[in-house]
Amino acid sequence: MTNPIISIKNMHKWYSGVHALRGVSLDIQPNEALGLIGDNGAGKSTLINILSGAQLADEGEIMIDGELVNIRNPRAAMDLGIETIYQYNSMVPTMSIARNMFIGREPLKSSFFGIGIMDQQKMREDSVKAIADVDLHLRSPDALVGELSGGQRQGVAIARAMHFRSRVMILDEPTNHLSVKETAKVIGFVQSLKQQNVTSIFISHNMHHVFECCDRVVAMARGEIVLDKPIGETSIDEVHEVL
Amino acid sequence: MKRVLKIYMEKPELAALVLLTGLIILFQFLSDGVFLNANNLRGILGILPEIGLMVIGVTILMIAGEFDLSVGSVFALMPMTMAVLMADGTPFILAFMLGLAFAALVGFVNGYLTVKFSIPSFITTLGMLFIARSLTIVISGGFPPLLPNDLPNWLFTVFVGPGQLFRMSFIWFVLIAIAASLMMSRTNIGNWIKATGGFLPAADAMGIPTAKVKIAAFMLCSMLAGFAGMLQVLRLGSPLPSIGEGWELQAVAAAVIGGTALNGGVGAVVGGIIGAILIRVIDNGLVLSQIDSNWFKFAIGFLTIFAVVANSWLRKRAKSMKVET
Repeated sequence: MTNPIISIKNMHKWYSGVHALRGVSLDIQPNEALGLIGDNGAGKSTLINILSGAQLADEGEIMIDGELVNIRNPRAAMDLGIETIYQYNSMVPTMSIARNMFIGREPLKSSFFGIGIMDQQKMREDSVKAIADVDLHLRSPDALVGELSGGQRQGVAIARAMHFRSRVMILDEPTNHLSVKETAKVIGFVQSLKQQNVTSIFISHNMHHVFECCDRVVAMARGEIVLDKPIGETSIDEVHEVL
Repeated sequence: MKRVLKIYMEKPELAALVLLTGLIILFQFLSDGVFLNANNLRGILGILPEIGLMVIGVTILMIAGEFDLSVGSVFALMPMTMAVLMADGTPFILAFMLGLAFAALVGFVNGYLTVKFSIPSFITTLGMLFIARSLTIVISGGFPPLLPNDLPNWLFTVFVGPGQLFRMSFIWFVLIAIAASLMMSRTNIGNWIKATGGFLPAADAMGIPTAKVKIAAFMLCSMLAGFAGMLQVLRLGSPLPSIGEGWELQAVAAAVIGGTALNGGVGAVVGGIIGAILIRVIDNGLVLSQIDSNWFKFAIGFLTIFAVVANSWLRKRAKSMKVET
């Protein structure tokens, strides 16, 4: 058994009167593809929001590579190599693909206290390359994200996460609102993450998608983990029963 | 060809530019050639920086997804602060710094309250519109103080350039406009402002300090409005407490005519400037063409609506063009 890349211990979260996470503990191994399943309100979004820095836990700790970390904001998560692809798109529709790829992490030609002139040439070239790397064919990097289909946007978001060499990729319902063809592509992509040494957490309430591309399934209900098994040792029916 | 056309049709400032060109030609014709002569241009270009600088700030703030109704009041408050300080013997440069700092503080309060308490900026800045206007009158004690004689007018109001065509204030305006435009299109901070106004949740998720970005945009907007007010006071030679009344809405109109979206994310500094020029051109052109100048507000109102409708129509047309970009 290797050391876990992420280790969550006894995590609690309350939303004014609702105990959304009730002492969740979870170890995630390097290169694992973890499927996180649960009904709406089960606490899976809260859990990953805490991992990606969008929310703070009320109690509990997170260790990365065995070291205690404090994920105060999304930036801190990104700096630790955790990239999140959100259900409701982490893209700004009124901006170009190239600009979206580098929001908050623009390559600068020169800078003064972190503010400077963007290297737009590099932004264009790198985004074309990053998008090609995830096997997506898009038009120019200057096209507005608002003109892309849902699947293409998801593709750009994935390309962005890959470009920044994330070690852990969190995909929050990435297959929602996608066509069948696009869904197959996203699932193929999650399967390919393993070869690229990326750990992934795949959140979905579609069990078929999870069983298709994950090694291990974790099911949550009412703020607790109710099932945690390798895919080979469980079945869709069993997961259904515990939810 | 079609591709180029599509790209230009999607530019939100295009409609305003076409309108501006059309109006200049129309007024030149209606005024028997007086409109574009040196004397008249001198008049237009002398006043343009004052509304223009205000519009730059308002445009950037609107792109960041917020709104400032207090700019007209700050336009009067900043120079009044300076005048009162100078009447007490403060040197110009120090009074200038303190005046700008005060304007920045007003912007900070606007931004902080808006962001911290998630109040619509329409409300916070509407309140500030009254507060800043009242403060202007209170600190003046009802009688605007006299300005000292040794003001650096050579730096702000003297006529310069070929044929003494514009004032120094115009140079300031051009320099600030270029800097603001470059900031929005070339720097990372411009990218953050667009992202913050374009889709706030995404900007937050990507780790942009959106609260700071918004507050900074409010402060910049206030400082530009204050600076513009100072230019007007130096031009007029007296700090009237009533200057800038109603300008906040003209500034919004200019930004909107120039293609800035009211809900953020879309727009360009150059568009706002074109909008500001349009307003000056109409104001001046109506007089020269001997049209009843009470039509001025009608024209601004009409243009605001027309420009938005034209833009949305153009964008729809551009979208339906089947060309790869």
